[in-house]
Amino acid sequence: MSVVTETEIRPFNVEIANEQIDDLRRRIAATRWPSRELVDDPSQGVQLATMQALARYWAEDYDFGRLEAKLNALPQFTTEIDGLDIHFIHVKSEHEDALPLIITHGWPGSVVELLEVVGPLTDPTGHGGDADDAFDVVLPSLPGYGFSAEPNEAGWDLGRIAQAWAELMHRLGYSRYVAQGGDQGAGVTDAMGRQAPDGLLGVHFNFLDAAPRELLMAALNLRLAFSDEDRAQFGKFTAILRRGYIAEMGEHPQTIGYPLQDSPLGLAAWMLDHDADSYVKISRAFLDGQPSGNLTRDNVLDNITLYWLTNTAASAARLYWETGRSATAAFKDPPPHVKLPVAFTVFPGEIFQAPRHWVKKAYHNLVYFNEVDKGGHFAAWEEPELFASEMRAAFKSLRHDRRSS
Amino acid sequence: MTTAVETATDVQPFRVEIPEEKIDDLRRRIAATRWPTKELVADRSQGVQLDALQALARYWATDYDWRTVEAELNALPQFTTEIDGVRVHFIHVRSPHADALPLIMTHGWPGSVIELLETVDPLTDPTAHGGRAEDAFHLVLPSLPGYGLSGEPLEVGWDLGRTAQAWAELMRRLGYTRYVAQGGDVGAGVTDAMGRQAPEGLIAIHTNLLVPALNGPMPTHTDEERAAAVQIATFQQSGNGYFVEMATRPQTIGYALLDSPVALAAWMIDHDTDSYIKIARAFVDGKPAGNLTRDHILDNITLCWLNGTGVSAARSYWEAYGADAPAAGRQPLPPPTIPFGFTTFPGEIWRTPRSWVEASYPNIAYFNEVDKGGHFAAWEEPQLFASEMRSAFRSLRDEGRSS
Repeated sequence: MSVVTETEIRPFNVEIANEQIDDLRRRIAATRWPSRELVDDPSQGVQLATMQALARYWAEDYDFGRLEAKLNALPQFTTEIDGLDIHFIHVKSEHEDALPLIITHGWPGSVVELLEVVGPLTDPTGHGGDADDAFDVVLPSLPGYGFSAEPNEAGWDLGRIAQAWAELMHRLGYSRYVAQGGDQGAGVTDAMGRQAPDGLLGVHFNFLDAAPRELLMAALNLRLAFSDEDRAQFGKFTAILRRGYIAEMGEHPQTIGYPLQDSPLGLAAWMLDHDADSYVKISRAFLDGQPSGNLTRDNVLDNITLYWLTNTAASAARLYWETGRSATAAFKDPPPHVKLPVAFTVFPGEIFQAPRHWVKKAYHNLVYFNEVDKGGHFAAWEEPELFASEMRAAFKSLRHDRRSS
Repeated sequence: MTTAVETATDVQPFRVEIPEEKIDDLRRRIAATRWPTKELVADRSQGVQLDALQALARYWATDYDWRTVEAELNALPQFTTEIDGVRVHFIHVRSPHADALPLIMTHGWPGSVIELLETVDPLTDPTAHGGRAEDAFHLVLPSLPGYGLSGEPLEVGWDLGRTAQAWAELMRRLGYTRYVAQGGDVGAGVTDAMGRQAPEGLIAIHTNLLVPALNGPMPTHTDEERAAAVQIATFQQSGNGYFVEMATRPQTIGYALLDSPVALAAWMIDHDTDSYIKIARAFVDGKPAGNLTRDHILDNITLCWLNGTGVSAARSYWEAYGADAPAAGRQPLPPPTIPFGFTTFPGEIWRTPRSWVEASYPNIAYFNEVDKGGHFAAWEEPQLFASEMRSAFRSLRDEGRSS
């Protein structure tokens, strides 16, 4: 390993105590259930039958050892940045010319949603790609998420995280790299693009985080043509702002922290209720045993179990409070434009399917745009092979630049 | 004392009897709470503070005694009757004064009949509480469907209007042909709907929350109006996550509200800044505001826990405000033409100016602004609240006599 920096990077292993697992099992078994919703669809929220199927599988069939085993099979580290211990997975490709790539998960995610892209990205020849497609992959856990430490002061917004990621890549000795993210990870990656730290060559998104600023302002200025398609997508986009989980975590993350820390099923319901597409897919996985792609019962429970065992639901929710504050500030004092090359992939099940001209409006230097035929909000998690092939295509041109320079 | 409960439809006496195992289970769960870390701010801006909730949990698990309020409830005449498919629980206290005016008062969320208990004596027995015999009320305090000791709706459609119709039916069953209605919070919504429906016998209403201000913009010509509009905007931008979640996803939040006592407590005390600060102070410093004592706060939360109504109460927001509910998009009935009374309490989410009341209701019979009390006006300041009821409805009572 080539990590020679002045700041310490320590190997990390996940160790989960049996008592914690026993306690979780006991709590699942002792759940006091609400009455059934009064509708036959998800319009009142996560349905009782889904939650009871999830609870049954979680308590009886789920293998609590698998999370630890999956994570410990990969090289994990921690390093202190800006006062916080940051946990990350770091897998170097065997191919020397591999392009370093830092991928940031979102909420309600964790590094768990990115584990299945590690193989295809770092070892493309073993997964239908060429040696020229190889990446060195860095998968950090957001502050307050998973095995990263949680902030003990306000101010850890997306911009500060972006700075920490640049420092992380610097410490890892990477002088030329790319970054990727969806959901809150798109927000972090967007901030990295605006900060343009030394060495960052370009960024890729599978969620248009820049939409709130750029799109709303464009709409106000009437510079944006509002076609039927625009209107349909704009409706889906603004509906996000009326979601209860965003309102509550953005306003009072501490209040929702109590439920999420104390009730496993309270936590699971809150995490499943993210967007209509992923909810329907996850619900089907538990009710009918028919997962969509890689969104299996076990994988979904790995992620929920990680939140539970690391006690991070409240600290994870606080990121929305930070995001809300910095978004308000950015409205008055807009951050610089992204001048770096930007790549974007539209997944059909995402909350809204950003039209190309919206993305172009937000990011003038759009070097790659593609619409694929499957996958949703948790694109990397649900369709890891497809996601990996998008990474290869999106960053191919930047890789060539790199060689010629 | 005469009893008016002699109607064709069955009205049954009711007593609260909670088995000891349920209370033991509650204590066990409180003791086993897994706590989050402390919020990162020194104020309420991230929600319910850890110190306040831990103080609440400590008091709840060690000093609080549910049996006190259970005995208090059982000392009052309680009944249930099935209306429109739901078992409705209510307290019904008749005044010793024969000419008393019947008054139905509706609690809100996160409340229950608990928030109204201390108004019973001043309202029904005014001569013992600084009032006159002519100020007496016969008092009906129903539990909203899905709240407290009422049954929960088993089908969609129990919006404010349907509850209002049920209350009119309840008053009819009780034999009241001339009565008034009052409410705050969700109870104001029900009372406002009753006024619009104008059932036979309802002669006037009073609210302590201006319902139309929640449904659309109000005038902002004066400083007072602008200040109130700013208060509403602040609430909507920084403190109404609970409202959005319950109006859109009541089932999702329901899991935690049923499963974790501390989650339920946090969710219930996070209503508005004024009441939160008062309640937090009661637990942290032992200094309650008026009647908002630790025991009274916990009476209300414990009632909700023991009856498992966290989810069904949340659904009432979905019915009233949710985009997918049957009532969504339905135009409200025209404003009530019967006399309307309003009291502005200074700690309410917004301080309602008289001009807004006039813009909302055509027939203003009473308006007053008092100097203390907040969102839970009847609960926090029962004597002041009772005196507002006397003043608000006095003129109607006189008309009643002369007619």
